[in-house]
Amino acid sequence: MTVDFAQEARVRIETRVNGRTIRAEVPARLSLVEWLRDELGLTGSHVGCEHGVCGACTIVVDGSCLRGCLMFAAQADGCDVETIEGAVASGRLAALQEAFYRHAALQCGFCTSGMLLTAAELLARERNPGRQRIREELSGNYCRCTGYQSIVDAVEVAARAQQEENGS
Amino acid sequence: MKPALFSYAAPRSLDEALVLLAEHADDAQILAGGQSLAPMLNLRLAAPDWLIDVNRVPGLDVIEETAEGLRVGAMTRQNALLDHVADAPDWSLLAQAIPHVAHRGIRNRGTIGGSVALADPAAEAPACAIALDAVIRLASVRGEREVPASDFFLGLYETAREPDEMIVAVFYPRPAPGWLFGFDEVARRRGDYALAGLCAGMRVEEAFVRDARLVFFAVGDRPTRARVAEDALIGRNVADIAARAAACAAARAGIEVMPGGDCGVEYKRRLVGVLLERQLARFEAMGGDRDG
Ligand SMILES: Cc1cc2nc3c(=O)[nH]c(=O)nc-3n(C[C@H](O)[C@H](O)[C@H](O)COP(=O)(O)OP(=O)(O)OC[C@H]3O[C@@H](n4cnc5c(N)ncnc54)[C@H](O)[C@@H]3O)c2cc1C
Ligand code: FES
Ligand code: FES
Repeated sequence: MTVDFAQEARVRIETRVNGRTIRAEVPARLSLVEWLRDELGLTGSHVGCEHGVCGACTIVVDGSCLRGCLMFAAQADGCDVETIEGAVASGRLAALQEAFYRHAALQCGFCTSGMLLTAAELLARERNPGRQRIREELSGNYCRCTGYQSIVDAVEVAARAQQEENGS
Repeated sequence: MKPALFSYAAPRSLDEALVLLAEHADDAQILAGGQSLAPMLNLRLAAPDWLIDVNRVPGLDVIEETAEGLRVGAMTRQNALLDHVADAPDWSLLAQAIPHVAHRGIRNRGTIGGSVALADPAAEAPACAIALDAVIRLASVRGEREVPASDFFLGLYETAREPDEMIVAVFYPRPAPGWLFGFDEVARRRGDYALAGLCAGMRVEEAFVRDARLVFFAVGDRPTRARVAEDALIGRNVADIAARAAACAAARAGIEVMPGGDCGVEYKRRLVGVLLERQLARFEAMGGDRDG
């Protein structure tokens, strides 16, 4: 099969990525996570399955976690995108990062950026999720190394720390 | 880049979207949340010439609640609807069902209109729409029309929508007093497509069943009402164990099971009986609460 790349539809976008405004022209079929990784060098979001099942590509768009492989870069025009790099730099993941480190909640690290961002959204929405809720909320993120136990431990500890900090 | 080449349009108004859709109908796909379409594009199970991205059309994601019911714009994200109905007794079915639709990151983007349009037999939203007697509102350059959810789902990924039509909203009428609702499904993990599921509604007056809508999903080629089981319950006391057993047996025996998928036909049939039995016990407890 030959592909006529002259036909490749391209779209101009202006997108905030980790606080910086970026103007670009992207192929319409380029996924958001590919653009972030391959064009902007933000390789903290990973590409696993590319059909929505593994969660390794999780990024935050306009304040909500989503699958970077299921959104096109063209659709990010006018959006506010935060990747793991931006979230870590902001300090908002510090407690979770510390808990992941202490509980050995990562081995190869492939799933970790998605786990951290997903767990952070849960902790922002629920003050006191138990292990059951943590497992439910992380069910969309695959980890091929840890067996999940230590990840649930880490999120549970971070949830408890957050609660104590908020004085309850 | 995995998808085949496509032309991309991001219309800024409904009219513009409908004109594009009319022009390209058979060669175009509407891009809503993309949570089913993008995987299909990446796997090249779909290769439309045109993608009409309706994420920029204003007003399609509005939720309007009135005395008559709940009008949910097609582009309402599944999680936005969940937040709206979280503590609303009238919409308890939606509040119970939506958390089982995929995972948070997918629900943040996936839409109610997309779920209904796709008509996956294992999806929760189409079954909820039937159990709540919802109406699907469609628009095209030819005008607008409404189709009751009970007539909308025709088969495997097949609906009453014409190729040039777009779903603009789903309207859920407010249930009359006495209606009770329950949701249950069996899935391997939270967020996975169900192996079998049930969206159940029952109108109970003084502990007697007056009306019922028992909608099974992930069993047949579309969400299906278990009419014989409903008839076996209407007029009976919610605590009537013999009537309940008869209804479960009727549901199990009568339901059409689509072969294939993640588990065997006999297992699915068994789950149908188990799901209904559990739900009827819950209805007894709920009906008792209200009337006793
Ligand atoms: C890992 C994973 C797990 C999932 N698990 C579940 C689950 O358990 N239960 C479940 O129900 N779903 C599940 N889904 C699917 C998800 O809920 C989708 O969001 C939903 O099926 C489609 O909605 P969408 O807005 O993303 O539509 P899209 O993917 O954008 O579109 C789907 C189809 O509908 C058409 N369409 C969309 N909107 C309209 C409209 N307004 N009018 C006419 N046609 C339209 C599109 O052209 C396309 O053909 C899962 C998805 C993934 C990736
Ligand atoms: S790469 Fe996006 S979910 Fe797997
Ligand atoms: S640490 Fe290797 S996949 Fe999770």
